[in-house]
Amino acid sequence: MINFILRNIWQRIILLVFISIISHAVVHLAPGEPALVDPSNPRMKAEDVQRIRAAYHLDEPIHIQYIYWVRDLFTGELKSFKDNQPVMEKIWGKFLNSLPLFIVSMMIIWFLAFPVGIEAAINRDSKFDRTSTFISYALISFPGYFLAYLLIIFMVKTFNIPVIGMRTFGLEEAPLLLRSMDRVWHLTIPALMSAIAGVAVLSRYVRSQMLEVIHQDYMRTARAKGLPEDQVIYHHGLRNALLPFITMFGLMIPGLIGGSVIFETIFAWPGMGRLGFEAILARDFPVILTLNFFAAVLVLLGTLISDVLYAVADPRIKF
Amino acid sequence: MNEPIINFEADALTPSKGLFQERWDILKRNRRAYVSFWFLIVLFVLALLGKVFTQNIILFDPKIVRLSEKFLPPLTPFASTITPKEDAPLVGIYLLGTDELGRDVFARMVEGSFVSLTIGFVAVGIALTVGIFFGGLAGYYGRVKLAFITVDTLIMRFVDIMLCFPSFFLILTVVALLPPSIYNIMIVIGLTSWMGIARFVRAEFLSLRDQDFVLAARSQAIPEWRIIFIHMVPNAIAPVLVSATIGVATAILTESALSFLGFGVQPPDATWGNIMADGRTFLFDAPWLMFIPGFTILFVVLAFNLCGEGLREAFNPKLRSTP
Repeated sequence: MINFILRNIWQRIILLVFISIISHAVVHLAPGEPALVDPSNPRMKAEDVQRIRAAYHLDEPIHIQYIYWVRDLFTGELKSFKDNQPVMEKIWGKFLNSLPLFIVSMMIIWFLAFPVGIEAAINRDSKFDRTSTFISYALISFPGYFLAYLLIIFMVKTFNIPVIGMRTFGLEEAPLLLRSMDRVWHLTIPALMSAIAGVAVLSRYVRSQMLEVIHQDYMRTARAKGLPEDQVIYHHGLRNALLPFITMFGLMIPGLIGGSVIFETIFAWPGMGRLGFEAILARDFPVILTLNFFAAVLVLLGTLISDVLYAVADPRIKF
Repeated sequence: MNEPIINFEADALTPSKGLFQERWDILKRNRRAYVSFWFLIVLFVLALLGKVFTQNIILFDPKIVRLSEKFLPPLTPFASTITPKEDAPLVGIYLLGTDELGRDVFARMVEGSFVSLTIGFVAVGIALTVGIFFGGLAGYYGRVKLAFITVDTLIMRFVDIMLCFPSFFLILTVVALLPPSIYNIMIVIGLTSWMGIARFVRAEFLSLRDQDFVLAARSQAIPEWRIIFIHMVPNAIAPVLVSATIGVATAILTESALSFLGFGVQPPDATWGNIMADGRTFLFDAPWLMFIPGFTILFVVLAFNLCGEGLREAFNPKLRSTP
């Protein structure tokens, strides 16, 4: 077991090195440099550009730049090109902002998808099954921000609740209850929006997994024993259908960064997606690279955890 | 001695239905998929006609700016005295209204449908080419060793690496750093979405490469590229076709998301995505500017998704619900 985990970690570290090399190459080989963001500024002379390039090691060959980046990343001295703030602190702050959004939308996804998927699988080809199939296809076909705009208008007009940003400006002095309610309201709509596609996909997946299980012999045995239908479905069926979802959990973690760019921009949520977007606009290479690296670490961590859990949960898997 | 060749009766009978015919019938039974299929065919024809009528034989010109006619709601008849007669829209009605520069939204939507569909198809075409190439290599030459690792390990590790990037963030990074152009968008979307296809092709090839027809082909000294592309790929194409259909939908959605952030197709080219992205500023004054492209994208993407699902069912006997 320990061997299995160690081998997995070792493989992932090698992958991570290659990922960082590729992302470094992609970012640095693309045209457009931080020193050229503002070419029309008359005060920028050729010497200034040269000085900036030298200060950020941009005049070195690319592999030397890579080594500088890795060294700075691990000594914690990596600074943003834009405002000279330490990159790790910046990302950590935004990560803490993104986390509640991610957790709430994850909770919505998992708590909604399972009942819908199971219900659809039990009553296959029923009206409920057909409608939920169609609705989930419709939901993944919506251009995300179009739906978000419709939802914002609807919510603001009907319930008159705040949706933009993380908190209402000027409520810092308010009593704790009011402040936390305000935070919750601000969280609801963005979390719902980022959950919608996930619910649609996951409920389809739950349905097909349940359908595989539902005709197995042990289900018939359980019924023949005279067990109540609920126990048959949830104890004998669902437990066996749950196994593949351990992997799904690992695959959803990168959504923390990539999937949130659009929604964080719409809802002015100061999270990692927006940090990445602003870094891209400013050609802030250290931030872009570190975010990419961070995302890759998250993915690999997610798959590692799901591999280990899978091996723990399924005795048929050998190490 | 001439022995008569015994002619079995079964040999003389052709199968009652060809493979294609059988699958087509299954697709037909799934009414949603069948309707979406024809919807898409009509859409392709419209997009082609639109391309012809906006570029070659100009019936409606999406580029005419009529500043006195801006923000007209859909179905407004042309009644301006300022704008010259030859700038009037086709049949004298703004079918879908006009935008903030007085351009005919209908003409722009028709022009945009060609561009949007092209982006979807070219991106998927690139993803297919790269995916089939790498998947085929990994599947066919998987056991060949290069120095210390097999080809299969090498390629599949590379696929794993590519899967680790958050794809939208990667697309955004590259599109934002490169000069804005419609081709860059297609290429970038294509190059970041081939991994699933490569995995499918590899999986199919692993089961195909030891089968008798491949062995037979190899024994006749047919060149290997022919075995791979003429003999094996057609047998592995079913799951690829399904994911390609859904891939077109995803590419259209990605383009609209890029447009929202300002990195999509740049004007004067119109796509559904950038008509919608431009329209969002006028959401309250001219809601049709956002609703028309928004619902168009919804219906088209939905049709691609349902069609893909129907194909999946037709190709995979396990998924068929009723016998």
